[in-house]
Amino acid sequence: MFESLSQRLSDTVQRLRGRGRLTEANIRESLREVRIALLEADVALPVVQALIQRVQARAVGQEVLKSLTPGQALVKVVRDELTALMGTVNTELNLAQQPPAIVLVAGLQGAGKTTTVAKLARFLVERKKKKVMVVSCDVYRPAAIDQLQTLAAQVGVGFFPSSGAQDPVAIARAALDAARREVADVLIVDTAGRLHVDAEMMDEVKALHATLNPVETLFVVDAMTGQDAATTAKAFAEALPLTGVILTKTDGDARGGAALSVRYVTGRPIKFLGAGEKTDALEPFHPDRIAQRILGMGDVLSLVEEVERKVDQAKAARLAEKVVKGKRFDMNDMRDQLEQMVNMGGLGALMDKLPGVGSLPDSVKSKVNDREIKRMIALIQSMTKKERRHPDLLNGSRRARVARGAGQQPADVNRLLKQYQQMEKMMSKLASGGMKGLMRQMQGALKRGGMPPMR
Amino acid sequence: MLKFWKKKPAAAGDAAQPEPAADADAVAAPSAAPPRGWRERLAGNALARGLGVLFARHPRLDDALLDELETVLLTADVGVAATQALVEDLRTRMHRRAFADADALLAALREDMRAMLAPVARPLDVSAAKPFVLLMVGVNGVGKTTTIGKLARRYRDEGRDVLLAAGDTFRAAAVKQLEAWGERDGVPVIAQGQGADAASVIFDALQAARARGCDVLIADTAGRLHTQGGLMDELGKIKRVLGKLDAAAPHEVLMVIDGTTGQNAINQVRQFRDAVGVSGLVVTKLDGTAKGGVVFALAREFGLPIRYVGLGEGAEDLREFEPRAFVDGLLPETLGATA
Repeated sequence: MFESLSQRLSDTVQRLRGRGRLTEANIRESLREVRIALLEADVALPVVQALIQRVQARAVGQEVLKSLTPGQALVKVVRDELTALMGTVNTELNLAQQPPAIVLVAGLQGAGKTTTVAKLARFLVERKKKKVMVVSCDVYRPAAIDQLQTLAAQVGVGFFPSSGAQDPVAIARAALDAARREVADVLIVDTAGRLHVDAEMMDEVKALHATLNPVETLFVVDAMTGQDAATTAKAFAEALPLTGVILTKTDGDARGGAALSVRYVTGRPIKFLGAGEKTDALEPFHPDRIAQRILGMGDVLSLVEEVERKVDQAKAARLAEKVVKGKRFDMNDMRDQLEQMVNMGGLGALMDKLPGVGSLPDSVKSKVNDREIKRMIALIQSMTKKERRHPDLLNGSRRARVARGAGQQPADVNRLLKQYQQMEKMMSKLASGGMKGLMRQMQGALKRGGMPPMR
Repeated sequence: MLKFWKKKPAAAGDAAQPEPAADADAVAAPSAAPPRGWRERLAGNALARGLGVLFARHPRLDDALLDELETVLLTADVGVAATQALVEDLRTRMHRRAFADADALLAALREDMRAMLAPVARPLDVSAAKPFVLLMVGVNGVGKTTTIGKLARRYRDEGRDVLLAAGDTFRAAAVKQLEAWGERDGVPVIAQGQGADAASVIFDALQAARARGCDVLIADTAGRLHTQGGLMDELGKIKRVLGKLDAAAPHEVLMVIDGTTGQNAINQVRQFRDAVGVSGLVVTKLDGTAKGGVVFALAREFGLPIRYVGLGEGAEDLREFEPRAFVDGLLPETLGATA
């Protein structure tokens, strides 16, 4: 998500960056482009107008025109305003309450509430070490309760059974009793999808809120929503005292305008992003980082955190030691690296967060896929231990054998070896130049048209 | 919010509605009880109300009127390109003095919008083959299963034998959801349970449909984001497998689009079209304040027929797409009336 918006904005911003002088006319022209980019990204019109007005006011003021590098200063203004629009820091769930802390989840049909409840439950169990119970008050959609039951079993949290014949408020009350009895830390309440214009259904969710008195009331919204996101969010925020927003389906190519709109209209922080089909695909939302990502500056901080969480620390430490000591990077290390990449959700997920990737053409991005990585791992696995330690041994007949073993062509082995050499070179650079040198190297390689290991 | 609400009533001329605040309220709090018909339902939505306010308050023909018209279209998700095309055309004609008054301009706009939709209003004829195989596709949460439930009811009421295939084997309880609809509609469902291979379920269902002499087979599939290559390939596989039994199957690949979706709908349709050759669209959830304006962008870009629109939760709330009713519902009939 966010890439295409990033691309449009960073193009505009790039053009300004180098300018020594800015006139009011070319600021206006740039802002017009920013406006169209935002509208095409489905940011609600009132929000676009507010943002542009604020940027314009600051841009034609002293701050930018009198600056030594006006282009840079304007970029800074746009970034500041985008960040301000989205809130400044990540807001965590507030669960500091006498247990059970209750989380109520509401939204339109098909926004992804039930899936989000399961993801949230897993997040709280695994990362916050909470005892979680979930309950569904969706008595309308066929099999909605079964869906939550199945998901609850998958993520291993308590499920309070309910049935379509019951009253939602009664279900909520019974679930609350059960959560108290079983000393759950958190009770997450799923509700039926409802239209904000359906007064009866809105009254029902208000009644649920009054019964449960939840510490967190979360509004779930589809990242692909258009201009209507603002209207819907406003109606929900008026009906319920929302405490936060969860943005779902952000793994698509929607430009994420809904994020800006909902945040602006409700004034409530976006707390999480849903980014995939699996139950672990929930990320805390960091507005400042997203603003940087939108402007094409990359979200390296989130990347680092994800790496820290998912990378096998022992293996990483071993490799780091090896590199620092100037020892050779061999095929075993390369396989470890490739496996780590697969573990982290593949290259696509990583590239999303790297600076500069937004401006790559789609044709290049689509070439990066994990199949290739798995094939490479297969090749390494069909080498002997000795060959893995000393790849130079691989002569023609050995290469042919390795290719046969992995069900591939000798040309694939050659390609792997070439990539290995590049990686080895990078590793030695890393030993001498540090992380900064490596990043620069990678950025250069990306601009040339492909991740180095993929060529 | 919108610019024109902020303008002082005095600046807007004699015929302006006296209560800008009331106008804003009317937009923010739509009527609680939605009326029944196609036209009435859509007339309640924001595009119609927005245009109503606009024309009521700006009866004079000038560029400001067009600018605000642009704003209204943009807010309705019509999209930057389609909006500019519509507005620029109106602007040229206005400068040539083609319009006597704002009424004439509105009539011309209505005509333009209708003309954009006319080519895509082609209803679906399911009697062209037996069994007629409908494959439903779309991203997550657009209402595929619900639409299938409504379609099954519709075809059954037309006196056809309908069979459903529970091809969403991924999402928890999706099979049960379809089975519940089957029970409600009195239509049999072929299923293998969660985790089964979708192509195999649908293949079985086609065999069953032939054996039983069914008229229509509707196959559900799991929602998938159009950016997920692997899952999109799976759709291609389903299509290929069906082709082994009946070279013409699926006779229709219906893609369901959430009416609240913004410009991303264009990417969605493009990817699905490339993966399975979408042959028709269903636009759902038009009963809220969603403006469904993206329909214009889709018609412009792809020209794929829009077969049905979803206007509510009931089984009878799935209607055939009629551009005249759609556009008449979106634009107010007369000017100067309260929005």
